Amino acid sequence: MPDKPKVKFTLDGRELEAVEGTLVIDAAKAAGIEVPHYCYHPGLGNPGVCRLCMVEVEGAPKPMVSCRLPVKAGMVVKSDTARARKAQASSLEFHLANHPLDCPVCDQAGECFLQDYYMRYGLYRSAVREDKLHKEKRLDIGPTVVLDQERCILCTRCTRFLSQVTKTNELGIFNRGDHDVLAPYPGRRVDNPYSGNIVDVCPVGALTDKDFRFKVRVWYLDETPSLCTTCARGCSIDLHANNRRPWHTPDERVVRFKPRHNPEVNAWWMCDEGRYSYKQIDSRLRLKFASRLVDGRPEAVAAKEAAARAAQELSALVKAKGPQGLAVVLSGTLSNEDLFAARRLFVETLHCGMLLAAPGPDQLGEGDDVLRRKERVPNHIGALALGFGARIPDTTWGGLRAAVEGGKLWGLYVIDRDPLAVWGKGSEKLLSGLAFTAYQGSHANRFSTAAQWVLPACSFAEEDATFTNFEGQVQRSRAAVPPLGESRPDWEIFRDMLAALEAPQAWTSAGGVFAELAKAEPPFASMAFEDLGMHGKRLARAPGPGSGPPGAGSGGDRA
Amino acid sequence: MSEQRSPSPYPLPNAGEETTAGLERHPVRAVERPPFGLRERIYVVEVWLGLAITFRHLFVNLWRHTRRALGLGGPPGAVTIQYPEDPAVVARRARSRHRLLKRDDGTPRCTACMMCETICPAECIHIRAEGSPAVIVEKRAKSFEIDLGLCVFCGYCVEACPVDAIRMDTGEVTLSALSREELLWTMPELLGDEPHGPHPLWPGGESEKRPGRFVY
Repeated sequence: MPDKPKVKFTLDGRELEAVEGTLVIDAAKAAGIEVPHYCYHPGLGNPGVCRLCMVEVEGAPKPMVSCRLPVKAGMVVKSDTARARKAQASSLEFHLANHPLDCPVCDQAGECFLQDYYMRYGLYRSAVREDKLHKEKRLDIGPTVVLDQERCILCTRCTRFLSQVTKTNELGIFNRGDHDVLAPYPGRRVDNPYSGNIVDVCPVGALTDKDFRFKVRVWYLDETPSLCTTCARGCSIDLHANNRRPWHTPDERVVRFKPRHNPEVNAWWMCDEGRYSYKQIDSRLRLKFASRLVDGRPEAVAAKEAAARAAQELSALVKAKGPQGLAVVLSGTLSNEDLFAARRLFVETLHCGMLLAAPGPDQLGEGDDVLRRKERVPNHIGALALGFGARIPDTTWGGLRAAVEGGKLWGLYVIDRDPLAVWGKGSEKLLSGLAFTAYQGSHANRFSTAAQWVLPACSFAEEDATFTNFEGQVQRSRAAVPPLGESRPDWEIFRDMLAALEAPQAWTSAGGVFAELAKAEPPFASMAFEDLGMHGKRLARAPGPGSGPPGAGSGGDRA
Repeated sequence: MSEQRSPSPYPLPNAGEETTAGLERHPVRAVERPPFGLRERIYVVEVWLGLAITFRHLFVNLWRHTRRALGLGGPPGAVTIQYPEDPAVVARRARSRHRLLKRDDGTPRCTACMMCETICPAECIHIRAEGSPAVIVEKRAKSFEIDLGLCVFCGYCVEACPVDAIRMDTGEVTLSALSREELLWTMPELLGDEPHGPHPLWPGGESEKRPGRFVY
C-alpha cells in the first residue's frame, strides 16, 4: 500500500495518522489501543464473524466492526464509549452463552482471550437463563491436537489457517445456529506438518495441544525469546520453561515452543517437527559430564580439565605426525560464535588437514514451500559466511571415509554429528586405526560411545548465541535454563583448548566472541550482539538464495 | 511421566541419574536457627525477662478473676487447660489442618486446577496433574502434597478452590512432628484414606494425633 496517502483520523480523542485503507483495528493497535477481537488475525484475514471488535463511528447509526472498517480521512472512531463497550459486552455474552465454564481444567486458562476479555469488558451478570448446549468434548482430531467443541466460539481462525496457509482444509464448521460445531471433514484428520499452529491461533481452549495437555499451568512458565534450531529457517520462538514449579514436569525444564511473530523469518507460524523439538533439550541422551575412554570404559574427567588434556594430546600428535592427518567434522548446529572459535582452533591454530562443515545426508530432510527447509541445521549459512566450504575447503563424508580407510588420518574430532550412522554398519572398525578420536556435542550417539574423548556441550536453550538462517537473518538465542551438568557452550570448550595450546583468547561471553567476529567478517560488520533485537538482522550480503515467509504480507481475505 | 520415557540406548558416562531436571518429591526446606548472643549465653538476664512475663500474667489474671468474683465485671481472666490430658479447644471456624473432599462417587473432588498452589503464599502445596478418564471433568490430581512445616494457615487455598475440594475444618491443630519430613501430608492422608504416619521412606518415630474439640 505504499502508493496510498496517509490520512488523519481521530481515535478515542487522539489525532492519529494512518495510510488510507488501513483497518481501524490495525491502526488502533499501532497506537497502543487494543480493540478486543477473536476472528481477526493479521495473518489469516478478517471475516468479521465474531462481531466483537465493535467501535462507535461518528455519523454511523450503529456500532461497526473495526476489523472490516478501513480508515478514511476525518473519521472519528471511539472504542471506549459506553455504547461501544456495551456492544462488545453483548457480543461477549453471546460467545459465553454456550461456552462451558471449565476454566479450572482448561489448559488455555491464563492465555485465553475469552477469559481476558470477559474480565475486562464482560457482563458479569449474564441474562442467559437457559442451560448450556453440550457438544463433544475431547475429540481426537489428529496426532497433535484435541478438540473440545463446547469451548469453540466459531471464530474460524483454525479453518482459515488450514485453508490459507497449509491448504489442506481438514476442518470445517457444520450445522447452523446453536448447533454450529467445528469438526474435521468426514474421514479426515488434522495431520499436516503444521497442525500445531491451530492451537496457537485458537483464542479459547477449543483446540489444545495433546503434548502440553495438563502438563503445567501457563502462568508458571517463563518466556524467553529464542529461535528454533530444527532447520535452516530458524523460526522465531518463545521458549517456555518451567523453572518455578519443577515438580509439575519432573523430566523436562523446557516444556514447549510457541512461534513468535517475525515478518523476516516465519510470520506467525512454525512446523510441528520444530515445535516438539523442545524434547531434545532435556532428552535422556544429553551428555552432562566429560569422559575419556580408558580400556574401553568411560572414565569421568572434569570438563575444564578434559578440554585442556584433549588439546594437549592433540598438539602432541600434531607435532609428531603433522596436522594433515587431523580431520574435523563441524556442524551447522553450531552457532556463529562456536564456528568462529572452531575456525580459530582447528584452522588457524592446528591447521587441520580435512574439514567437513556442510550438511551431509545426516543433516538433510524433507522440505516444503511453507517453512521447512531441507537442511536440518540452523546455521549452515553462518558456516558459509565464516568461510567454511568457501575459503576453507570442505570434504564430504565419502571423502572422509576414504581418508580413514587409506590410513591418511590419525585423528578425528567430531562435533554434534555421527560418522558411524552415516558410514553404516561395521564402520566402528575404521576408528581403531585412529590415534585420537573426540566427540563434542550436546547429545550422545554411536560415535560418542566409541570416541576416546567426550566433551559435553550445552544446548542452544542454555546459552546466548547467534544463528544465521538460510536467508542470512542473524538471530539470537538466549539462555532460558542453566546448562545441564558440566556442559558448556562450544566456544568456551574451544577457548580452553586454545589456552592449553598457548593461544589464549580473551573471550568471556558469547557477545565478546561475536564482537570479534563482527570486526573480522565483513558480512557481520554492521551488527552488535545486544542490538539484534527480536527479529534479528540480515547479513550484509546473503550467501544463499531465499524467499520470504508465507503470508507475511497484508491480511489477505479482503472482500 | 518418567515411566513412559525409554532409557537411553547409549551407555552414557552419566548413566544412573534418573531424572534430568525435576524432583520426584518436593524436598523439605531447612531453616537456620539464629545464633545465641552474649545475653542469651549469660542466661540470667533472659531468665528474669521470662519470669517478668510469668508474673505479669499472674497479677493481671489475679486482678481480673477477683473483679469478676466480686461481680464487678471487666474482661475475663485466663483459664488453664490441662493440656495434653485435656484436648486443645478450637473455635468452630478456626483454620486447622487441611482435608481433601470427595465427590458422591468417592473420587477426589480436586481437579488439579492449581488455584490453591498458585495462591499459596508459603508455596507449601505441591500438586501433579494427570488426565482423567471421567467424561465431565477431564483432569485430576495425580498427587497432592501439603508441607505443613511451611503452611501459614492463611486459608487462601480454601478460598481459591473453585470446586470445594479443600477445607481447613478438621479441628486438628496439634500437628507437631519429630522431623520436617513428617509434616508433609500426601493425598491419601489428606483424603482420609490412609492414616498420617511416619512415611515408610523416612526415618522417625510414630506421630501421635490428638483430635481437637470444638467450642460453640
